[in-house]
Amino acid sequence: MAVKEFEKPDLKEYSPIPKLVEEATSHLAPFKSKEEFQKSLGYPGELVDNWQEIALNKMGDLLKKYRSLRVYMDSCIQCGACTDKCHYYLGTKDPNNMPVGRQNLMRGVYRKHFTLPGKYFPKLVGAIDLTKQVLDDWYSYYHQCSQCRRCAVFCPIGIDTAEVSMAAREIMDSVGVGQKYCNEIIGKVHKIGNNLGLPEPALADTLEGLEEDVEDDIGIDVKFPLDVKDSEVLLVTPSADFFAEPHVDGLIGYAKVFHQAGISWTLSSHASEAANFGMFIGSYDNMRKLALRIREAALELNVKRIVFGECGHAWRVAYSFLNTLAGPFDFLDPRYPVPQHICEVTHDLMNKNVLQFDKSANDDKVITFHDSCNVARASNMGDIIGGQFTLPRDIIKATTNNFYDMEEETIREKTFCCGGGGGLLTDDLIELRMKGAQPRMEALKRVIEEHGVTHMAAICAICKSQFSKAFQYYGFELDQIISLHNLVGDALIMNKKEL
Amino acid sequence: MSFVTIFYGISFYVATLILFIGLAYRVYEYATIPAPLKIPTPPAPKSKPLVAVRMFREVVFFESLFSATKWTWLFGWLFHFALLLAAFRHLRYFTDPVWTWVSWEIVQAAGHYAGYVMVFGLFGLLARRVFVDRVRYISNPSDYLMLILIIAIAISGLMMKWFHTDIFAVKQFFIGLMYFNWSELPNDFILLLHLSLVLLLMIIFPYSKLLHAPGLFFSPTRNQTDTARDQRHISDWARNLESKK
Repeated sequence: MAVKEFEKPDLKEYSPIPKLVEEATSHLAPFKSKEEFQKSLGYPGELVDNWQEIALNKMGDLLKKYRSLRVYMDSCIQCGACTDKCHYYLGTKDPNNMPVGRQNLMRGVYRKHFTLPGKYFPKLVGAIDLTKQVLDDWYSYYHQCSQCRRCAVFCPIGIDTAEVSMAAREIMDSVGVGQKYCNEIIGKVHKIGNNLGLPEPALADTLEGLEEDVEDDIGIDVKFPLDVKDSEVLLVTPSADFFAEPHVDGLIGYAKVFHQAGISWTLSSHASEAANFGMFIGSYDNMRKLALRIREAALELNVKRIVFGECGHAWRVAYSFLNTLAGPFDFLDPRYPVPQHICEVTHDLMNKNVLQFDKSANDDKVITFHDSCNVARASNMGDIIGGQFTLPRDIIKATTNNFYDMEEETIREKTFCCGGGGGLLTDDLIELRMKGAQPRMEALKRVIEEHGVTHMAAICAICKSQFSKAFQYYGFELDQIISLHNLVGDALIMNKKEL
Repeated sequence: MSFVTIFYGISFYVATLILFIGLAYRVYEYATIPAPLKIPTPPAPKSKPLVAVRMFREVVFFESLFSATKWTWLFGWLFHFALLLAAFRHLRYFTDPVWTWVSWEIVQAAGHYAGYVMVFGLFGLLARRVFVDRVRYISNPSDYLMLILIIAIAISGLMMKWFHTDIFAVKQFFIGLMYFNWSELPNDFILLLHLSLVLLLMIIFPYSKLLHAPGLFFSPTRNQTDTARDQRHISDWARNLESKK
C-alpha cells in the first residue's frame, strides 16, 4: 500500500466551514499489525472466523464496563453541534470525520444489536449490521480520530468521541484487526521499556553523550542520571526526548532545572517511556501493564517523587489515570502530588525564586504556545482550575520577552490537535496528518503575520514530531517548533561556582 | 363508558408505565455501569458542589451548546424552555385543587404563548436539519419524525385554544385516571389527536434519543470531579484485575 499523492490544502485568511465531500478519505487506513505483535498483546493474530459474534460480545462487554460508552451511544440528539469541530473534518471534508459521523459508525451497530427500535425498524433509526464493509469503515475512520476531545467540549451532552474510538479499537483488536504502529510500540514497551525499543546500554550511552554536549556548551557538568537509587525524583519522559529534535532540548532543560535546584533525580531503564499507547487502543489491560512499570521503577529506585516530562497523552494517563491504574502511591513523599508535571516543578521553583532567568537569552525568538490536546482537555496542573493553561504560559513569560497567543477559538480548551495524536503519528497516515494539521497551521500563520511570531513552543512529544513535519509541508521552517523547556534551559541562570 | 374513554384510559396507564418504568430502568443502568477512569473535560470542577453548579449551567443554559453553535442553541433553548412553561400550564389538568402558583395568570399566559415559541424553535431545528449539509448528512428519518411529532403536539395543543374544547371534562378524565374513578373523555378530534401524539411520545421516550435527558446527568465528562491525583478512583471490575495478579 503506497501512500498516494494528495492535494495540498491552502492556508486561508479565515477558516470557513467546508462543504462536506463524501468518502473523501475513505481510502485512508493505517497498516495492520502483524500476527506476532497482536499475540504479544493478547489479541488474535488475524481476523478470526466468527469475528461478528466476538465483536458484538466484546461491544456488549464494554457497554457494561464503561458508562461513558453506554450513555454516549444512547444520548446523541444528532444536533450537529460537533460537526464542524474536528480538525480532521475541517482538513478532509469527509462527513465520517465529523465527530457525530464517526460515532454513528458504531451507534448504528449499537442500535441494530442492542436496542428494540434498531432491531425492528432499522431504516427508521439508521441501524446497521456489523458487516465486513462496516468493519473496514471502522478501521479506516476510527484511525482518523486523534482522541483529542475537542468535540466533547462543545457537545451539549458531553459526548466524547475519544471514548467511542477507543472502544472501537479495542473491539477490532479483540477480533484480530490491530494497528501496526500502536501495537508494535506497545509490544516494545512490554519487552524493553520504551517506545523506541532502546535497551539500557544504548540509553546509558545516549545520556552520557548528552552530558558531554551540555558541558561543551555551557561548561557545567549537568548530569543525566540513569537508574540511580535513592534519588529524590524519578523522571519519566517520552523516549523521543532522548534523541529527537526538538525534544532533546527539552530534556536538557529539565536536567538544568534539576541541577540548578539541587534536586537529585534519575531516569529509569525499566520505565524509560512516559507515553502509554495502551490508551490509544482503548485497552485498560495494556494501559495498566505499562503504567505498572512506572510504579515498579519508583519502588525499585526508592524515589520520593515521580515527575513526567513534556508529553501530552502521557500526562493524561499520568494525571488522570496513574493513581487508578497503578496506585496507591502512599510510599512517595506526601508533600507532592503524584505524579507531577515538569512544568509544575519548574513553576514552583520559579515562584520560590530558586530559579532565575535571563529573558534576553531568548530575545531572538517571538513565541506562541500550542496547547496540546491531551494536556488541555484531559488533565490539569498546579491544582487550580485551568492550571494546564496558565502554568506553561507563566513559564514562557518568565523566560522570554516576546509572547503572543493564537486566536481564542484555537487555544486552551478549544485548542486544535496537532493532527498526529491518538496513535496516528505514522507515515502510512501522512495525508491525514497533514490535512488534520491545517486548522492549527492557519491559526499559526495568522499570529506570525500579525505579531511576527518566530517559534511555537509545545509540551508534547507527538506534537513536536508532527509539527516538524507539518511545518515543512506548509512552508514554515522545521526548527520553528521547540520544547517549552528549551526556553527554560536557555534562559536559566546557572551557577558555575557550585562546581 | 364510551369506547374512546376506555381506549384512552387504558392507553394512558400503559404509556405511563412504559415511560416511568422504562426511564427508571435506564437510570438504573446508567447509575450502575461503572465509569472506570476520570475523564472530565475542562473547566473541570474540583468538588461535588461545583459539579452541581456546572450541571445546573448545562441543564438550564445549555452552556456547551452555546459555545458550539448559536443558531442551534437559540432554537434548541427556546424549544426546551417553552416546553417547560407549557408543562407548567398543563399542571392544572393534574392537580385538584389546582396548585396556587399554577393558577397564577402569568404562569397560565406564559404557558399559552410558550406554545408558539415551541413551534418556532422546532421549525428552526427542522430547518437546520434540512438546509445545513452537515446536519442533513447525519439525520435519520427518526430525527425528522421526532421534530414533526413534537411540532404536531404543539400545534394540536394550540388549536384547542383556537377552537373550543371542553377542558373541564378533560381534567375530570385525567383526575379520574389518577384516582381510579374514571369519567368520560370528550369525543373531540383535535383533543384525541393531541393525546394520541403525546401517548406516542411517552412510549418512545425510553427507547429513543430523548434519553439525552437522563443521559446528560450521567455523562462522565460533565459530572466527574477533577480529583484523580487526590483520591484513588477505581471501579470494581478494575479492582478485580489487581487481585488476580
